Amino acid sequence: MADLDKQGGTPEQGGGDVSESSTTAEVEAAFAKTVDRGEPILQVRNLVKHFPLTQGILFKKQIGAVRAVDDISFDLYQGETLGVVGESGCGKSTVAKLLMNLETPTSGQILYKGEDISRLSGRALKAVRRNIQMVFQDPYTSLNPRMTVGDIIGEPFEIHPEVAPKGDRRRKVQELLDVVGLNPEYINRYPHQFSGGQRQRIGIARGLALNPEIIICDEPVSALDVSVQAQVINLMERLQDEFNLSYVFIAHDLSIVRHISDRVGVMYLGKMAEIGTDAEIYDHPTHPYTQALLSAVPQPDPATRDQRERIILTGDVPSPANPPSGCRFRTRCWKARARCALEVPDLAVPAEFRYVEGPAHHDSACFFAEDKPEVTHPQEPPAPEDPARGRAD
Amino acid sequence: MTTTQKTADLPAAKSADSAGTPLLQVKDLHVEFHTRDGVVKAINGVNYSVDSGETLAVLGESGSGKSVTAQAIMGILDMPPGRIPSGEILYRGQDMLTMSGEERRKIRGRKIAMIFQDALSSLNPVLSVGYQLGEMFRVHQGLSKKDAKAKAIELMDRVRIPAAKERVNDYPHQFSGGMRQRIMIAMALALEPDLIIADEPTTALDVTVQAQVMDLLAELQREYNMGLILITHDLGVVADVADKIAVMYAGRIVETAPVHELYKRPAHPYTKGLLDSIPRLDHKGSELYAIKGLPPNMARVPAGCAFNPRCDRAQDICRTEVPALHPVTEQDGTTLVGRGSACHFWKETIHG
Ligand SMILES: Nc1ncnc2c1ncn2[C@@H]1O[C@H](COP(=O)(O)OP(=O)(O)OP(=O)(O)O)[C@@H](O)[C@H]1O
Ligand SMILES: Nc1ncnc2c1ncn2[C@@H]1O[C@H](COP(=O)(O)OP(=O)(O)O)[C@@H](O)[C@H]1O
Ligand code: SF4
Ligand code: SF4
Ligand SMILES: [Mg+2]
Ligand SMILES: [Mg+2]
Repeated sequence: MADLDKQGGTPEQGGGDVSESSTTAEVEAAFAKTVDRGEPILQVRNLVKHFPLTQGILFKKQIGAVRAVDDISFDLYQGETLGVVGESGCGKSTVAKLLMNLETPTSGQILYKGEDISRLSGRALKAVRRNIQMVFQDPYTSLNPRMTVGDIIGEPFEIHPEVAPKGDRRRKVQELLDVVGLNPEYINRYPHQFSGGQRQRIGIARGLALNPEIIICDEPVSALDVSVQAQVINLMERLQDEFNLSYVFIAHDLSIVRHISDRVGVMYLGKMAEIGTDAEIYDHPTHPYTQALLSAVPQPDPATRDQRERIILTGDVPSPANPPSGCRFRTRCWKARARCALEVPDLAVPAEFRYVEGPAHHDSACFFAEDKPEVTHPQEPPAPEDPARGRAD
Repeated sequence: MTTTQKTADLPAAKSADSAGTPLLQVKDLHVEFHTRDGVVKAINGVNYSVDSGETLAVLGESGSGKSVTAQAIMGILDMPPGRIPSGEILYRGQDMLTMSGEERRKIRGRKIAMIFQDALSSLNPVLSVGYQLGEMFRVHQGLSKKDAKAKAIELMDRVRIPAAKERVNDYPHQFSGGMRQRIMIAMALALEPDLIIADEPTTALDVTVQAQVMDLLAELQREYNMGLILITHDLGVVADVADKIAVMYAGRIVETAPVHELYKRPAHPYTKGLLDSIPRLDHKGSELYAIKGLPPNMARVPAGCAFNPRCDRAQDICRTEVPALHPVTEQDGTTLVGRGSACHFWKETIHG
């Protein structure tokens, strides 16, 4: 696979035609710019990540590649939440790691304020890392058990001392604890002394330490109990307003994603199948995979259970090491035709909706896209019957 | 208020069985674990029942005691450290906790089968799937190796494993998560049980695969008219498949109700809080309702009602007296079949 040779390319290769500014100082200056609300702050272009599959112990021979992320493009706008949904193994976490510079892309670009950040190193990399932070999925394994909460939250200050001078750190950490709703006196405790929800708050406090502009959240509430999820979601929304943050919010719970997101992208086998505003995706999905995914989600309202049209897909998701030709979804798609095996559909507004206005007019990678609003069932839980069943406020 | 009676006899839902005895009934079950840190009272009075052809969903957060109850029914509790100080587990009216070992063995595994959350760790990795399925028939029905294998293939077909004949000799790791869960279902079905207990059968699966597996389970249940106890924390799955619900909190059943009733008119503040915290379209952009605080540590359950530190309605009595599972009625006293709430203020909660 020719693409793989590019992996781990030198920093100079990075920007190429996109950014002319190549000196560290210029890059840093670009990062210091402010982006207006609603303007793109992150632009992902043709992002590819292939993990080589090797055989042999001494002489590793490459026998193929896991195509974890395979040509993905999207924008993140300043101040918004972009939800990313999709089934296990479709590449969500790999996208998150690429955005965080924890993996080097096989090819493609990640433009932050117009600069390609995917192949930076040294000071310039440090400068980006300050502005893009991450909150991880598992609050039980992502915190070092031998460090105190104070050390965990304050660790980013070791790498970026300019944000908080030494004498000031304890106070800053206590402030952060307070911001995420934890008692500042807990500063000397260890992670095992906290519950899952509290640990997730510690992870969020750490993510906030450097005043980032973007936070990438990979399944931030999936490991939490239902009654605690709502607390953490509320906290994240409050912090977004308070600190003017942009979120990439990865999750598999579609109702939580809808609640928190302004726009939603649906991934399947390393590709973006469909992307649009929450209402476009949830109420007017045009991609068969999105339609099946939405129809499969159990609704917390027994009154709708016999009225819903459910699309039960057959088979499993194919292996990303050996994806189907053409459209990746064709092996499970009930609408697939000959063309679907031959050509890869682009992520764009489908021809039939290009000149119509309305919610079906959004990007969808399908040759036979159809607006199918009926697959999305009423999302409403039952209307409160007794007056007491409202919100306790 | 007469709040201190220990157990309440709930009006039972109309039984499908002619005799009126439920297929399985758990009565005031207690389970404790003796650990180094002291006694963990994991189950403090669980009451529920299920009939043939009926689906009971047991809903609760992690640690609330859903699995321990199921393990007690199946007789697979770790004893010690586990102990059952009191309670009854009645299969067709007969208490499994007091019957002879031989009688018990005829029921557990044969009449009552269980499906676990994690199929990979409950299948033996070094034996082929066909061998493990066939074993059920060889051991329990004395079938020959050849006949058992034919039965195994039939079962794999039954749970819609494609190309069952070719795959019967494959090992568990060669199947996807969804297929492994279907093999677990096949295994549970092998001896045509009357009751299946499924402990979070789809929690580890993706939504589209979860839909396939739930669909299969519901179809098989209808076909064989089995009782099903579905253990889950997912309010969506419950709404989709349950006939009735038992809500667990801190080792007790805090509310029981038919599915439509529970979602429409919860009679316990915890249930109401859970339902209110579901993201709703008309509240997009505003705060989600969130139950405050955390589920309790089972080694230090609060006195009185275990939910009291998190409850907006809590009064002094809630901090001292454990509420019994009261029968829930209409405002005028009309019985509501199958409904119960372990709350001192159930009337205020349901009738406002
Ligand atoms: N370091 C790696 N080496 C090889 N393959 C990898 C590596 N990391 C991820 N993959 C593969 O890439 C694909 C995408 O993985 P990824 O973790 O991004 O999925 P995901 O969408 O986050 O799934 P989940 O919902 O289960 O978290 C999977 O097939 C995975 O096995
Ligand atoms: N073998 C054991 N020893 C000690 N405590 C246990 C044991 N098994 C379960 N528990 C405790 O019993 C309680 C209920 O657990 P469980 O039934 O597994 O919860 P869930 O509702 O999540 O299925 C928990 O507090 C758990 O820690
Ligand atoms: S392009 Fe073809 S296979 Fe792909 S989703 Fe559309 S109809 Fe289905
Ligand atoms: S008994 Fe009291 S504390 Fe418990 S749920 Fe009812 S009102 Fe709340
Ligand atoms: Mg992931
Ligand atoms: Mg459990």
